[in-house]
Amino acid sequence: MITSRRGFLKTGLAVSTALLPWPALAQGAGPRVVVVGGGFAGASCARALRETDARLAVTLVEPNATFTACPFSNAVIVGLRELAAQQFTYERVAADGITISRTMATGVDPQAKTVALSDGARLAYDRLVLAPGIDIRWGALPGYDEAAASSMPHAWKAGEQTLLLRRQLEAMDDGGLVVISAPANPFRCPPGPYERASLIAYYLKTKKPKSKLIVLDAKDSFSKQRLFQTAWTELYPGLLEWVPLSKGGAVTSVEPATRTFVTDFGRHEARVANVIPPQKAGRIAELAGVADRTGWCPIDPVTFESKLQPGIHVIGDAAIAGAMPKSAFAANSQAKTCAAAVAQLLHGATPSAPKLINTCYSLVAPDYGISVAGVYQPSNGQLADVPGAGGVSPQEAPRATRAAEAVLAEAWFRTITTEVFG
Amino acid sequence: MRMVVTAAIGLVSIAAAAVAFAEPPPGAASCTGCHPSSARVSSPVRRLAGLDRDATVKAMQDFRSGQRAATVMDRIAKGFSDAEVQAIAAWFASQK
Repeated sequence: MITSRRGFLKTGLAVSTALLPWPALAQGAGPRVVVVGGGFAGASCARALRETDARLAVTLVEPNATFTACPFSNAVIVGLRELAAQQFTYERVAADGITISRTMATGVDPQAKTVALSDGARLAYDRLVLAPGIDIRWGALPGYDEAAASSMPHAWKAGEQTLLLRRQLEAMDDGGLVVISAPANPFRCPPGPYERASLIAYYLKTKKPKSKLIVLDAKDSFSKQRLFQTAWTELYPGLLEWVPLSKGGAVTSVEPATRTFVTDFGRHEARVANVIPPQKAGRIAELAGVADRTGWCPIDPVTFESKLQPGIHVIGDAAIAGAMPKSAFAANSQAKTCAAAVAQLLHGATPSAPKLINTCYSLVAPDYGISVAGVYQPSNGQLADVPGAGGVSPQEAPRATRAAEAVLAEAWFRTITTEVFG
Repeated sequence: MRMVVTAAIGLVSIAAAAVAFAEPPPGAASCTGCHPSSARVSSPVRRLAGLDRDATVKAMQDFRSGQRAATVMDRIAKGFSDAEVQAIAAWFASQK
C-alpha cells in the first residue's frame, strides 16, 4: 500500500514511540488482533488490518467454512437467484496472511485479554474486534422459538432458512395467503422486510396471481417508505397489503402449528408465514460484556471501541452506530474505519475523526431498484448524519432510473463481496 | 549539534513512516464499497485507484452542485467539504 502524504505526516508523529517497542519485526509478529465473526464486518476488518499494517498478527475466528450473504437473499427466496451466488469462502482472506480459526468464540476475559474458543484453546489479544452480527431473540415474540422457525421461517440469517421459505412459497397453491411480520426498530437491514414483500409480491403476481400478501408491521413508518408504497400501488395493486402498528399490525404472538399470527385486532392464518423476529447482537457480545440492556453494543464513534469494555471494538450489525443502519455496506465501512483506528491505537497514536458512508439498494421488482444513502460523522458521542447529505432515490423518476439502480444494486454486490472475500 | 540531532530524529521518523501504515483520509475507505478496489470486478461504477486527482475533484463538485447527473453520488457528495474531497482525490490518485 502506498503511503499518502497525509498518512505520512500523521504517522510520522506516532512513529518515534511506535518504533521502540517492536523494532524490525517480521510480518505478522507485531501486536495481536483477534477478530470474531467472518461476515461483511469481520472479514473486511481482518483484511483491512493486514493491509494497513502487515506487521499485525490477525486471527479471524469463524466456525463456518462458508459465508452466506444476506443482501440479495430475498431474490433467492423467490427463485430469481441461487443460494450458491450468495456463498463465499475464506481462502483469499487466509491468503492475506490472516490466521483463520475454524472455531466458535465462547467467552472473553477482558482483564486477561483472551478469547476462549470452542476447541478449548485461548487466544491472547492486544485488541479484540467483535463482529458477531445478530442473534434472534427467541421467545421475545410469544410462541416464536427455534422449533417454530421450521414452520414459520425467519430467513433473516441467509442459508437453510432462505431455502425453507423458498420451498414453502413454491409448494403453496395459487390463492394462498402469505404473511410477513416485521419487527420494531432496531433490526438488521431496515428496508429488508419491504424488499422481501416486494419480491414475494412479484413472485405471486407472475406465478400465483390469485394469492395475497399481508405485511403485519410493529411500526408506523419504515425505510424508503414512500418509494416502496408508490411502487406497490403501481406494480402490485390489490395484492400486497401493509398493516402498520396504528392499524393493528403489531403481532402479539404466533401459533406455529397453524402458522397463525395473532394481533390485538385479530388472527391471520397463513399458508406461508415469514416471521422477521426481534433481534439482538450476536451472543459473544453479551458474553464479553459489551452489550447493554438493549441487547446491542454502545461504541465510541471514532474508534468503534466498546463504551463498556476497553480494548474491545464492536462493528457491524451488533453495534449501536447512531444514524448508520445495520447494513452490509455500513458494516464494511465501519470495519475499515475500525481497522485504521486499531492500528493507530496499537501505535500509541490518537485516531482522527472519521467519515463513513452507507448506500443500500432494494429491489421492488427485478428491474426496479431504489436506494438510500447517507454520510456520517461523530457528533456528541454518536455517529450522526452529515447535515444536507444523504437521502433516498427521487420520488418521481422514470423507469429507466429504477432499472439503472437495479443494475447498480447487483454491481454493488459483486464489488463488495470481491473486496471482502475475493 | 542540536541541528544534527533534530535532523537525525527527522530521518528516523521518515524511515519509520515509510514502513508504518497508511491511513486513508476521512471518508475514503467507504468509497470502495461501490467503486471496485479490484480491477477484476465488472461494474458500471468506475475504479477510483489511479484516477487523476483533478478529475475526481471536478466530478465530486459537479455531483454536489447537480451539474452532473447521478443516482446516489449527488446525495453522497453533499456530505464532503472541498478539503475532504481534495484529500480523498489525492489518496486515490496515489494508488495503483
